[in-house]
Amino acid sequence: MDEFVATFFNLEVVRAASPILLQGLWVTVQLIVVAVPLGLLGGVILALLSTIRSRWVRWPLIAWVDFFRAFPPLVLLMFLYAGLPFAGIELGAFGAVAIGFFLNTSSYYGEIFRAGIESIPRGQMEAARSTGLTAVQAMTWVILPQAVRNVLPDLVSNTLEVVKLTSIASVVALPELLYQARQAQSVTYNPSPIVAAAVIYFLLLWPAVRLLSRLEHRAVARR
Amino acid sequence: MLSGGAILEARGIHKHFGHLHVLKGVDLVVAPRELVFIIGPSGSGKSTLLRCCNRLEEPSSGSVVVDGIDLLDRRTDINAARRRIGMVFQSFNLYPHMTALGNVSLALRRVLGRSREEAEEIAHAALRRVGLDEKANAYPLELSGGQQQRVAIARAIALEPRVMLFDEPTSALDPELVGGVLKVMRELRESGMTMVVVSHEMGFARAAADRVLFMDHGLVVEEGPPAQIFGEPRAERLRGFLRDLDRH
Repeated sequence: MDEFVATFFNLEVVRAASPILLQGLWVTVQLIVVAVPLGLLGGVILALLSTIRSRWVRWPLIAWVDFFRAFPPLVLLMFLYAGLPFAGIELGAFGAVAIGFFLNTSSYYGEIFRAGIESIPRGQMEAARSTGLTAVQAMTWVILPQAVRNVLPDLVSNTLEVVKLTSIASVVALPELLYQARQAQSVTYNPSPIVAAAVIYFLLLWPAVRLLSRLEHRAVARR
Repeated sequence: MLSGGAILEARGIHKHFGHLHVLKGVDLVVAPRELVFIIGPSGSGKSTLLRCCNRLEEPSSGSVVVDGIDLLDRRTDINAARRRIGMVFQSFNLYPHMTALGNVSLALRRVLGRSREEAEEIAHAALRRVGLDEKANAYPLELSGGQQQRVAIARAIALEPRVMLFDEPTSALDPELVGGVLKVMRELRESGMTMVVVSHEMGFARAAADRVLFMDHGLVVEEGPPAQIFGEPRAERLRGFLRDLDRH
């Protein structure tokens, strides 16, 4: 038992590794702050485009969303980081991760927003347009506020996935939390920094999980 | 223009939905302060005709001129035209995330560009006209169906439209709530509002309408003053329709 604790919960090691773990946490937070708003914004744009009936918009959009939802994000990051320089495009680690996350998560957020918009009865748009609101104004003031409310649990749930996904940025040597934890592990020959990183992820996500659970209960109660 | 001075003039309206020919050349000309009632069996095209009058439905052919504005002209600013045309829907279509006051003031602020204070002042006045100012801060779900429909009427009249379109305004209401909505419509009419009403409220049509159109299978089969339409119906289809109504 002592050996188990000394191996996985070695506070000595964690204390020594804490500076670089905190640096990693800082990079992870930066990633979240960039990736989540970008993904939400891209998602809203994709969802709005999906309301346009023209097939010149519809088919490219479906192809785009399908492609980035099916394409493994890990491979996408490696391609953006290591592949594009061959075409003369240097994004850097953070740039590659930001763009890769944008492409991947906006497609997921887009489908959620689209479901939200489609859940709003046609009559809402008609009523708004009948008072002289433009299509954009009707979307902004009438449809989207209701749509977001209807899919809030899905948005939070997807955001949790995005936060967890930030750990794959380690494949392009971006020194985020998990990357730093593995560095610390390889230096100390002890996995405790990984356990510490897991605890940090948990503390980061747990409030959002609680929120999600409350939202879901409220959604059930409203039915 | 043949009928100079008409507020609403729809001529030769055809509407196809795929293979369905829903309107087969319908004319609807409405004079200022007139109340025109459109009756007919479901599927006769009366709601579609009404929805063509503010271009919620695009007519396949024909012309629609409202208050001198050609609605089907590509150069027409349809949003500017629509605020002269109030519409009330069968299912109310209030915005559930806004209070009654918010519902009424949204277009005042975003379309007419009024300040919040101005918009709310006008909205309160409109809610007073439908007798619901004390519910200004209630959300639609807290209101009865009849109250919701009166708020929807307030939302439309707040923009001071030249003509109001009512698409089966009482069909979704419990019988005991119909009276309140009809009362508001009667008061609107007395204030001189031009109205086109698609409805099954024959009692109201008899009492308040200037003219009644009977539609069937995408055509106006018979039209005239209510005394004629209900008293001495000529067309066999109209007689059949009125008989069926009596049986219910």
